[in-house]
Amino acid sequence: MKVSMEVNGRAVSGDIEGRTLLVDFLREGLHLTGTHVGCDTSQCGACTVHVDGAQVKACTIFAAEAEGAKITTIEGVAAPDGTLSTVQQAFQDYHGLQCGFCTPGMVMAATSLLKDNPKPTEAEIRHHLDGNICRCTGYHNIIKAIMAASGQEMPALAAE
Amino acid sequence: MPKDSGIGASSKRREDVRFLTGTGNYTDDINIYGQLHVHFLRADVAHAVLNGVDTSAAEGMPGVQRIFTGADFEAVGSIPCGWLITDRHGDPMQEPRHPVLAHGKIRHVGEPICAVVADTLAQARDAAEAIVLDYDALPAVIDMKDAIGADAPKVHDDLTGNLCYDWGFVEENRQAVDDAIKGAAHVTTLELVNNRLIANPMEPRVAVGEYNRADDFHTLHTTSQNPHVIRLLMGAFVLGIPEHKLRVVAPDVGGGFGTKIFHYQEEAFVTFAAKALNRPVKWTSTRSEAFMSDAHGRDHVTKIELALDAENNFVAVRTETYANMGAYLSTFASCTPTWLHGTLMAGNYKTPHIYVNVKAVFTNTVPVDAYRGAGRPEATFQLERVIDMAAHELGVDPIALRRQNFITEFPYATPVAVEYDTGDYHATMDKLIDIADFAGFDARRAESEAKGKLRGLGVNCYIEACGIAPSNLVGQLGARAGLYDAATVRVNATGSISVMVGAHSHGQGHETSFPQVISEMIGIPEDQIDIVHGDTSKIPFGMGTYGSRSLAVCGSAMVRAAEKVINKAKKIAAHLMEASEGDIELKDGRFSVAGTDKSVAWGDVTLAAYVPHNYPLTDIEPGLEETAFYDPANFTYPSGAYSCEVELDPETGHVKIERFCAADDFGNIINPMIVSGQVHGGIAQGIGQAMMEGCAYDSDGQLLSASYMDYAMPRAGDVPFYTVDHSCQTPCTHNPLGVKGCGEAGAIGSPPSLVNAVLDAINSGPGKKVAHINMPLTPSRVWAAMQ
Repeated sequence: MKVSMEVNGRAVSGDIEGRTLLVDFLREGLHLTGTHVGCDTSQCGACTVHVDGAQVKACTIFAAEAEGAKITTIEGVAAPDGTLSTVQQAFQDYHGLQCGFCTPGMVMAATSLLKDNPKPTEAEIRHHLDGNICRCTGYHNIIKAIMAASGQEMPALAAE
Repeated sequence: MPKDSGIGASSKRREDVRFLTGTGNYTDDINIYGQLHVHFLRADVAHAVLNGVDTSAAEGMPGVQRIFTGADFEAVGSIPCGWLITDRHGDPMQEPRHPVLAHGKIRHVGEPICAVVADTLAQARDAAEAIVLDYDALPAVIDMKDAIGADAPKVHDDLTGNLCYDWGFVEENRQAVDDAIKGAAHVTTLELVNNRLIANPMEPRVAVGEYNRADDFHTLHTTSQNPHVIRLLMGAFVLGIPEHKLRVVAPDVGGGFGTKIFHYQEEAFVTFAAKALNRPVKWTSTRSEAFMSDAHGRDHVTKIELALDAENNFVAVRTETYANMGAYLSTFASCTPTWLHGTLMAGNYKTPHIYVNVKAVFTNTVPVDAYRGAGRPEATFQLERVIDMAAHELGVDPIALRRQNFITEFPYATPVAVEYDTGDYHATMDKLIDIADFAGFDARRAESEAKGKLRGLGVNCYIEACGIAPSNLVGQLGARAGLYDAATVRVNATGSISVMVGAHSHGQGHETSFPQVISEMIGIPEDQIDIVHGDTSKIPFGMGTYGSRSLAVCGSAMVRAAEKVINKAKKIAAHLMEASEGDIELKDGRFSVAGTDKSVAWGDVTLAAYVPHNYPLTDIEPGLEETAFYDPANFTYPSGAYSCEVELDPETGHVKIERFCAADDFGNIINPMIVSGQVHGGIAQGIGQAMMEGCAYDSDGQLLSASYMDYAMPRAGDVPFYTVDHSCQTPCTHNPLGVKGCGEAGAIGSPPSLVNAVLDAINSGPGKKVAHINMPLTPSRVWAAMQ
């Protein structure tokens, strides 16, 4: 079947099997390999993207369900000249990533959170990231990065 | 004033930009023109005689290129174990054949039986469902003590039983230890489980095999922490491919934690099949496959006895441990519960008599091997738990008891065969007491109690041996490889530098921290220096990254190579300035002649090396590139003191971690930001082990915890902010940077204080007193223990 959508501002289409997941269409059909697959039970969040502005795990929907949708992936977050977004820059500044595999999902989830809640509390950030697993950072610097991206001071305990 | 570059600076990680923009190159991002996909049909029973495999229906299905079975690998080598253990009686361990695909017998759930290679992954999966297996199920052996019983079914029919080895360390100390325990004023005995874990790096394993028939050349792209180790093991022992015809590439790797050290069947399969089919073959693990095919970790059952004299001095430690090997010996499975565990049983304490017994057991479970810390968390947990228990039994302060027994003079030779070069255990304990605000604990406990909660404070120390390892020593102990590392410093004509290193970065930030060292040595900006790693065709023969060794071993090789480069560059500079070589100084990227105003820039010298018009060609060669191999003289011994503060709801058994503090001594530090990050991540994995992670099998050998819905990994809401400090620094005395490993410390040092804290909370209340709870301390376990 044929599917068409807008990905990172570009109109795209492809011939796919009906069972093709959105994440597989992005990775294999469009070669946008920044969106990662870390599990097969929709738990880890490494494949998080935005679909019409909403945060979605790209392994939870078929590509066909995204027909006509506007998709943003990690490749579409930085400015066209390569300047990192506020969230991306904060992740680098606060060492919010190590191996980098969960990072695209974390950035997409954090970006979504700050759009709806510009000054989230620590507890709200931790709650929002419940569907995104990181095995490297212990979350410490991810939380710091997101608080910094929202313009907040770090809690004293986190200052080290 | 913090530095902004070089050694000691928290330089931002350059690798982050590609990871943050989705432009990393992980193995699953590699797709080669013409590639086929393989799906492994895996065992869904734990133990069975495999009578036959009928692939006839599957072979005709759409897209199927070929279906491989165990029979295709009869002439192929066994997946090797890298370490021979000699048992208490001087006999070698039992070492079963480990086939690429099961043949004749199935030995664990998840073992690959058939490999379906098809044009697409979906076609391969569809075809696998049409394969018919003819097998007769056998009773499975899961419990270790059952497995070595007289009537237990044998995992391997050709072995004498399920005991891999019965190891005694130090066997000559056994009688002295027994005597010391008999004569002790007090003996504390603790039986405990070090729970089985699954490492779960977020990137599942992937392998892509390629073959070029014209050159008879193989390439394997794989998610590995050590591409040269894979080339050695797979080339020499499994497939018989000479090194010059085999390239192993480990590009960006999404976390390892030990489980990506080992050589796995899937790597050998795709390399073999790529030649057999003359097409690239790709395998990408699903997470479900990862749970039942990645080597698991820990899984020890231990009895430890700590004997004290009348003044509470430790006089002896005796342990008996059952260590699960799973169904086969993974690459380093045999050394993890022995040399990486027994040698740490002195901990931070001057206990004169120590004896460690380890019985390694085969069971019908996934192979068990090194996971972050590998043997050292198991040693630390039992020792630090039994010390806390002894303190409670004796009615003394757990910190005072530790302090009384601290080793204070260095170097210190332990009774378990290692020599600590340096350390200051009182300093890290003092620092911990400060950063964790012990003084305010009573007030916080009162606040908790006013809410109907219980509050506990747990403490522990740790020492670990990392920077693995002196080759001559490990060779005597049974290692089948050297454990040096290597680096090549290639200076380009314009002065920029590429450093090819044997270490592999899969989250550790080498691409940032290693250039900081070179920048400091030469005085040129960090961005003039690049690190190349992860490709056997580009780097010298290094042993990779595990055992917190990258900086201590490979970093030392890099320093030695850079020293050679600088020495040669000084000769060139001396020639250019018509001065004596002994008068040449290098500072801030300029060579000068001592006591004069003559100088030349780094770039002038490097250009001269490659455009040698005015050059001492009769004395030295053109070019500026040097390689060094570095074999460490000893392990490094990071140490520290950790504390955890918890609030416990006695109604539900739910534990909230309120504070976690770590005071570590890592010696000198290159990048404090990265070091803190390593400790954070290690602590989170320790929290996972202590509070929620547990790999569970039922008695039939079915893996019950085989997805993120069943295996509880720490999520953002399960952990607190951590307070970490590494200002206590006793530099390593035997490597050029004075550095110790920091990658595993957090996972080694954290579980005991978590358990100690929960027990402290429980025992501060009015209810039943509890001596021990086995990890993970889930609410149901805690609540049940309190009833």
